[in-house]
Amino acid sequence: MINWIIPGAIAIVILYVIYAYNSLINLENRVDNAWSQIRVQLKRRSDLIPNIVETAKQYADHEQDVFKAVSEARNQLDGAASPKENAKASEALSSSLGRLFAIAEDYPDLKADNNYRQVQEELSSTENKIAYARQHYNDVVTAYNTRIESFPANTVASTFSFNERELFQVENEDLDDFTVSFS
Amino acid sequence: MTFTWTEIRQNNLKTSLLFFVFFGLIAAISTVLGLMFNSLALGWSIGLILFLAYGAFAYYRGSQMALSLNNAQKADERQYRQLHNIVEELSIAASLPKPDVYIINEDAPNAFATGMNPDQSAVAVTTGLLNIMDRDEVSGVIAHELAHIESRDTKTMLIAGVLVGSIVILADIIFHASLFGGNDRGNWVYLIVGILASMLAPLIAQIIKLAVSRKREYAADAKAAQYTRNPEGLASALEKLGSTTKKMDHANRSLNHLYINSELDGSFFNNLFSTHPPIEDRVKRLRDL
Repeated sequence: MINWIIPGAIAIVILYVIYAYNSLINLENRVDNAWSQIRVQLKRRSDLIPNIVETAKQYADHEQDVFKAVSEARNQLDGAASPKENAKASEALSSSLGRLFAIAEDYPDLKADNNYRQVQEELSSTENKIAYARQHYNDVVTAYNTRIESFPANTVASTFSFNERELFQVENEDLDDFTVSFS
Repeated sequence: MTFTWTEIRQNNLKTSLLFFVFFGLIAAISTVLGLMFNSLALGWSIGLILFLAYGAFAYYRGSQMALSLNNAQKADERQYRQLHNIVEELSIAASLPKPDVYIINEDAPNAFATGMNPDQSAVAVTTGLLNIMDRDEVSGVIAHELAHIESRDTKTMLIAGVLVGSIVILADIIFHASLFGGNDRGNWVYLIVGILASMLAPLIAQIIKLAVSRKREYAADAKAAQYTRNPEGLASALEKLGSTTKKMDHANRSLNHLYINSELDGSFFNNLFSTHPPIEDRVKRLRDL
């Protein structure tokens, strides 16, 4: 009888490790997938920006500051690597775009331009998609991080080096040292 | 009263329960049929075959039929760019594959969703709806329809339609059989039971279907608010739907439960049999979220 206890216990541990490993892999894939969904939308927004800036320039040539702010934020976003950097740059781009849309209100001809209206609709839609994809990504990352921190899955996670992932989110302290100049 | 996840779970439980009642009804009415023909096996076989045939038809052709009965046409990607964008956005929010987008050329504002599963689903909106609503309101409506797809209500309602349909046909067979005597002894008990069953069963079936449908509306509203994070969009869309006086030309009563805006008017009888809860109540619930 006693002969069965040790092999039995080992078998249970091995089965648990297999199960935990597989569920971690599954969660990790979902994180990667959610992240690539955000990347697709960020890329799409970056691609649309030259178009809207060029169109806006035709009607509002002396609003150079805003165009510069938009282009800078876009370059920053293209250079961003980690989710946090991306989130920061994306936030900056959103606010400078918001300003671009705001000044368009002062230029009726620009607002009436067909191309401008189309690109604006595409940009607003992409902004919404980023916001929704971000909710999804943050939910999945939170589930993943919670899983690799809780016992006993954390032992399996550290053995196979599953690392904590960053949220796509701007921390409050980051906002302080990050300003886009509109002056 | 606000929405909770417990409430949504309870709805699902009630739905399963109602389906049991449905199956019970089909079994009972098949039994009556069997008794009339002096062969239970025959009655049950008729019930089963009818249910399966009807079910297979709905499974493979149900969505397409709902779309074509409403004269829905695929929405052009360029012409209806914003609508396509909204559907894409909210599909991301709901973690669903993007459903096909259809347009119904119709002045009355309305929308519906259909499909046996999220991979092969469709949403349809009328041109009238697009004319009177802004982006936030259309988003609210689309979110409501996607919520129906996500919670498999579209499937539930297709199945409910099949069950009601089967019961109506069975009841019809009984009615005719009891009139023209499937039973050679001419037993008047069978005649009365048969007539009663044939009259009551479709009525009960219809009421059950409506009960299922109404509960689902509140849940879909709640989910829509969760997707958009903007309950006001749907609330104001519902108000616009509620105040419209236009009626759909191609209104088809059997498809009534599919629509976001119920087609029947507000008389007492219609309220009792309405597939949707009153709009004011839905708006109030959304604003209380």
